[in-house]
Amino acid sequence: MATANVASHSAHDHDHDHEHHENFITKYIFTLDHKMIGKQFLVTGIFWALIGGFLSILFRLQLGFPDMDMTFLKPLLGGWIDDGGKLDPNFYLALVTMHGTIMVFFVLTAGLSGTFSNFLIPLQIGARDMASGFMNMLSYWFFFISGVIMFISLFLENGPAGGGWVVYPPLSALEQAIPGSGMGMTLWLIAMTFFIASSLLGGINYVSTVINLRTKGMTFSRLPLTIWAFFLTAVIGILSFPVLFAAALLLVFDRSFGTSFYLSDIYISGEGALPNTGGSPVLYQHLFWFLGHPEVYIVLLPALGITSEVIATNSRKPIFGYKAMIISMLGITILSFVVWAHHMFVSGMNPFLGSIFMFLTLIIAIPSAVKVFNYLTTLWRGNLIFTPGMLFSIGLVSFFISGGLTGIFLGNSAIDIQLHDTYFVVAHFHLVMGSASFFGLMAGVYHWFPKMFGRMMDARLGYIHFWLTFVGVYLVFFPMHYIGIAGFPRRYYSFTTYDFSSMYTDLNMFVSVAAIITFAAQFIFLFNFFYSMYRGRKASANPWRSTTLEWTTPINPGHGNWPGEIPSVYRWPYDYSKPGASEDFIPQTVPLSATPESNLPHEQEMVKLEKEIIAEEDVVLVANESKES
Amino acid sequence: MEERYSYVEGAEQPIAMHPKKFSLWLFMVTVVMVFAGLTSAYIVRQSEGNWLEFELPAVFYYTSGIIILSSIFLHWAYLSAKKNELVQLRIGMSIATFLGLVFLVGQWYSFVALVDMDVYLVGNPSGSFLYIFTGLHALHLVSGVIFLIIVLISSFRYKVHSQSMVPMEMCVTYWHFLGGLWLYLFTFMLLNH
Repeated sequence: MATANVASHSAHDHDHDHEHHENFITKYIFTLDHKMIGKQFLVTGIFWALIGGFLSILFRLQLGFPDMDMTFLKPLLGGWIDDGGKLDPNFYLALVTMHGTIMVFFVLTAGLSGTFSNFLIPLQIGARDMASGFMNMLSYWFFFISGVIMFISLFLENGPAGGGWVVYPPLSALEQAIPGSGMGMTLWLIAMTFFIASSLLGGINYVSTVINLRTKGMTFSRLPLTIWAFFLTAVIGILSFPVLFAAALLLVFDRSFGTSFYLSDIYISGEGALPNTGGSPVLYQHLFWFLGHPEVYIVLLPALGITSEVIATNSRKPIFGYKAMIISMLGITILSFVVWAHHMFVSGMNPFLGSIFMFLTLIIAIPSAVKVFNYLTTLWRGNLIFTPGMLFSIGLVSFFISGGLTGIFLGNSAIDIQLHDTYFVVAHFHLVMGSASFFGLMAGVYHWFPKMFGRMMDARLGYIHFWLTFVGVYLVFFPMHYIGIAGFPRRYYSFTTYDFSSMYTDLNMFVSVAAIITFAAQFIFLFNFFYSMYRGRKASANPWRSTTLEWTTPINPGHGNWPGEIPSVYRWPYDYSKPGASEDFIPQTVPLSATPESNLPHEQEMVKLEKEIIAEEDVVLVANESKES
Repeated sequence: MEERYSYVEGAEQPIAMHPKKFSLWLFMVTVVMVFAGLTSAYIVRQSEGNWLEFELPAVFYYTSGIIILSSIFLHWAYLSAKKNELVQLRIGMSIATFLGLVFLVGQWYSFVALVDMDVYLVGNPSGSFLYIFTGLHALHLVSGVIFLIIVLISSFRYKVHSQSMVPMEMCVTYWHFLGGLWLYLFTFMLLNH
């Protein structure tokens, strides 16, 4: 096999390169190595998660303790706390907006998909690196620039963007509307442009890597479900982010050049009518949600993929319904593009159109339920090993169920009239999208930490972190369902303005306390993460006794991943506890011919084919070697 | 170094394509999505009424012809490069690049023509959309011209020939795509203005 030979030679060349040319800057900063880029995304994602979480604590303080004297926050927030020690209502809106933007885009898109797609795709499909290391580096640095701009916007005099993370015009299009629609909004748009560029560069790279750079024998039907999930996530991103770009572009023109795409007949703050005419704000909603809804699955699918892998490994059982998992992910991918208007049921949309979108939305329950069923049946009677990663995966399944159920109500265009834009929605998506994806992220970090840093994270701290977070998340978001059913709208500064909602003051206090405890619990993880990076127990080559390719690399793989040839793949990734096998797992690199005792009848057939191929390759190899010498 | 790996190993896969070419196709998909989003927005907005009607500038017919000619010359250059006829390659490339620049100038004159008709960027969205379509397309076309110039320079340095066609092929694909995109936008505007 001539190509394989060339590959192994260049790998040696590369090791050679390492000794001479790699300095701090090329290794840790402007690196082309997918593993380091993945870690960069992870650390940046953790940084943003802390900021995003902290902002939510600030507005939870306001909601839970409306009479609280917040003067002690003055050193940090300065003028945003008024002389009476109250949080500025405009800053409250900015906090909510920034919390949403940061969590959805920076943490759960870049931090989750960016980390694990980069880190795992080449390792699990058997490639030396991404299709284009340079584009990959660019992807990270665009994300970084985007983050810097968003970070700067937090410190503007008028505050960061304040129109909600969906930035609906006309609120976001007119500077005079709220302070948060001024410079903060401009920076928000610039930051998001960089973010879109970053996501597209990343996504293009992931798709072309998965399609083009799989190792020998790694057919699509042998890909781990993680890779399927990352692949489909990238496809969704490639198709939907450009439309967000189009929406943002028109918004930029409306804001800065005086066009009227989204603006029409507006009277504001006592002025006469604005000159803008003929625009339609609902147009923005269509364009935005055409990205916005698929974005939900961009956030969720990688977490579901990680969960499939972690649950199968730690149940010591093949994933139940491998093909069904792939088909349901494909189904979710396709459906995610035809349900966007369920976010707009109350925008004055034609009720007939509403019922079509309702129908399409409810269909998503089917592939989602198939996935849940498969997770549960994989767990059923498995030899469960409760690693922290496994616990977080099971936590994800729990949130996916409890949050998914409320989606059935919200997807119903009639019930949505009552529930739209209330805390019920907040509870729903924080469970099914926010917490579930966050738990997927955590499962991934605990599970692949040994591969990332060559050391193990402390399991006991992991358990404490899990239980505090798991219970905390339910304590925070479950009560919100009641507040929402009562009809209290989200994004409101205070619960004490109306009589009907005053009775929720205690419940809100409870939620806020739970949120603070949950947020504090994340510092256990943070300590564990950084401490284990340097002082953790040294990892073995395959600590979870897993079948996939990444565990066949050295414990600390260099750039190029495998020192010699890239291993070939002979079987699917879920051969756990196969009857007849001596071990309870068979790595993908073990040929079927080496395991006659555990082969199924149809696999015995494939052995013959495999032998022919191996024989052919030997002939070529021998021929090549004689040519070279 | 990475490129060498990826190319060599990519070749093993039965359905594999050169990763860079593949990435270009994916990039074109994203461009398609941007314009699909914008043109759908156009239709949705138009159906709501209050829509300014005006004639499209006649310049568009000329620029469409120019971009088609440019693509034809580029394709001729491409076929010549495959046959190692390097002189024809350079002539074809030069003309294609020149016509690309002429197209951009022509698009500028379409803006002038629109202003003469009292259709401005600021005003009824029907005109604003036209500016956005042509402007955003021209921006992509600038990137295409830069790509053309890069390949043109390497063709004068004997770096484009039948054994080294990848940049040339990518350039041809992208340029045809941008031409096609313009024809789509033009037809779309003809049918829906």
